[in-house]
Amino acid sequence: MTRVLKGAPHFQASQSSLIFWTRGGRRSAMTTMVAIRGLTKRFGHLLAVDNISLEVPRGAVLGFLGPNGSGKSTTMKMVTGFLTPTSGTAEVCGVDVLEDPIQAQRHIGYLPEGAPAYGDMTPEAYLGFIADIRRLSGVARRSAISRAVELTQLDRVLYQPIDTLSKGFKRRVGLAQALLHDPDVLILDEPTDGLDPNQKFEVRTLIQEMSGEKVIIISTHILEEVEAVCSRAVIISDGRIVADGTPDQLENRSRYYNAVSLSVASDNVDKVRRALSELAGVTAVEDRVGRGSGAELVAVPADGGDILADVSRLVREGGWEVDQIRLERGHLDEVFRTITTGKAPPAAGDDHA
Amino acid sequence: MHDTWIICRREFSGYFATPLAYIFIVIFLASVGAFAFFFGNFFVQGQANLDSFFLFHPWLYLFLIPAIAMRLWAEERKSGSIELLLTLPITTLSAVVGKFLAAWSVIGVSLILTAPIWITINYLGSPDNGAILAGYLGSFFMAGGYLAIGAFVSALTRNQVIAFIIAAALCFVFTASGLGVVLEFFSGWAPRALLDIVAGFSFLEHFKDIARGVIDFRDVVFFSSMIVFFLFANVVAVEYKKSG
Repeated sequence: MTRVLKGAPHFQASQSSLIFWTRGGRRSAMTTMVAIRGLTKRFGHLLAVDNISLEVPRGAVLGFLGPNGSGKSTTMKMVTGFLTPTSGTAEVCGVDVLEDPIQAQRHIGYLPEGAPAYGDMTPEAYLGFIADIRRLSGVARRSAISRAVELTQLDRVLYQPIDTLSKGFKRRVGLAQALLHDPDVLILDEPTDGLDPNQKFEVRTLIQEMSGEKVIIISTHILEEVEAVCSRAVIISDGRIVADGTPDQLENRSRYYNAVSLSVASDNVDKVRRALSELAGVTAVEDRVGRGSGAELVAVPADGGDILADVSRLVREGGWEVDQIRLERGHLDEVFRTITTGKAPPAAGDDHA
Repeated sequence: MHDTWIICRREFSGYFATPLAYIFIVIFLASVGAFAFFFGNFFVQGQANLDSFFLFHPWLYLFLIPAIAMRLWAEERKSGSIELLLTLPITTLSAVVGKFLAAWSVIGVSLILTAPIWITINYLGSPDNGAILAGYLGSFFMAGGYLAIGAFVSALTRNQVIAFIIAAALCFVFTASGLGVVLEFFSGWAPRALLDIVAGFSFLEHFKDIARGVIDFRDVVFFSSMIVFFLFANVVAVEYKKSG
């Protein structure tokens, strides 16, 4: 969660390699493609989703974040028409999902949680079935299937029953199914859950490649994923939106935003700590459980102020031996925990999972 | 129509992708044969007709059809693929009808495969083939009635075993509603009119004449309305779960 330099190239919604997605070059900036209006779902006494409203413009990659059971999946199920909302509605590409679910569903590609599929079919037959349902035929059908297979790299397992495939391939079959008809809106419920790091990387790359002309909504509880692919993050807790902004904006809410960490030799620690805490603009100096020899100190700024210059001047003047001096970005996981549990942030050095 | 056909095709190949369809067909043929020859005294009767063959169809359907109907919705709900199916741009009705037609086709295939019995009887004597055709059609429609009940029950649960047991019980009630075992239950307290209505729902009653080769328009209407009613209930059950 630490970066060497402030403003290091963080994720920028990938604008390159979009050739195959931009059909006819429809590029209207900031059109709302998905509008969620007061969506509420009640299961008996349980209020699963509580009056959620959102507008997502074309080109956005929206990350739905939240603890398990916070209502992410339920929201997605209502937008895709699998569940009927208790109240409120959603519009997809201007079509109300309650008034005309079929028309709305034509615009949507959906990967349900756990990527269910018809296990007795092969990916080839399965994608053929989806293509038929999506009313693709002839050349369009063939090219749609081969493009989806290529994007998700399914060619090796095309003729094996889906039941016999590994988790990673199953997930990819689900993704291929979702993006088969080149939908305007892609809704992916935990697209990387249970995948190994390489597969996660591939799926994220795929999501980045597809962003731009579409709306992509993913749900996840993996925070690095949000940083990696999302242009906007919405945190849901107990069925309500508790935070909404770019990943950067959310990080700004962290107390570690703009904090400076120093790796110093152990014999210098006390001296450095004292000097840092006397610095104006520093509210606290925390020890981080260091890796290897030496210690790591974190100077937490007051109100996210810029203290890097002051700290480095201090280091120069003091002539301390410092292995490393880093400017911290906020800790998204700490923001997440603070927001969703209302608890005080844990001590520094607590490695995010 | 298009969607119904696509769903039906997928569902039908689903039956044959697993051993289910084969097992169903083999068991069906074996028991139809056993019942007709052993209990029905097919040969002893010395008559060139298939009465004794059709006679046992309701009792076979009673537990065989719930067995192939139980997976229709319960399996989808269990595996989660129902979420996929219901978020595809198709109506619930086309999914319901498509699935029903697929399972009905499996039953149709099984019935066609009983042709050797028909060939045998033509070889041994000269039966009324019109009556036999009527018997087959009647049996097929009756199977549709059982199947619609089974499909509806399957939509109510994610557990296939529960779907089977409830469907079989429900099918039994409809099979035997003209018999004492069901009517006794009502006779103590229910008015005569209700008793007649209950008896009127008996598959056995409606199939009795068909099995003898007499197709009565009312019997066909009865089985068709059973199919339509339970498919409608199936749609309602699927839609209801959406709001669940």
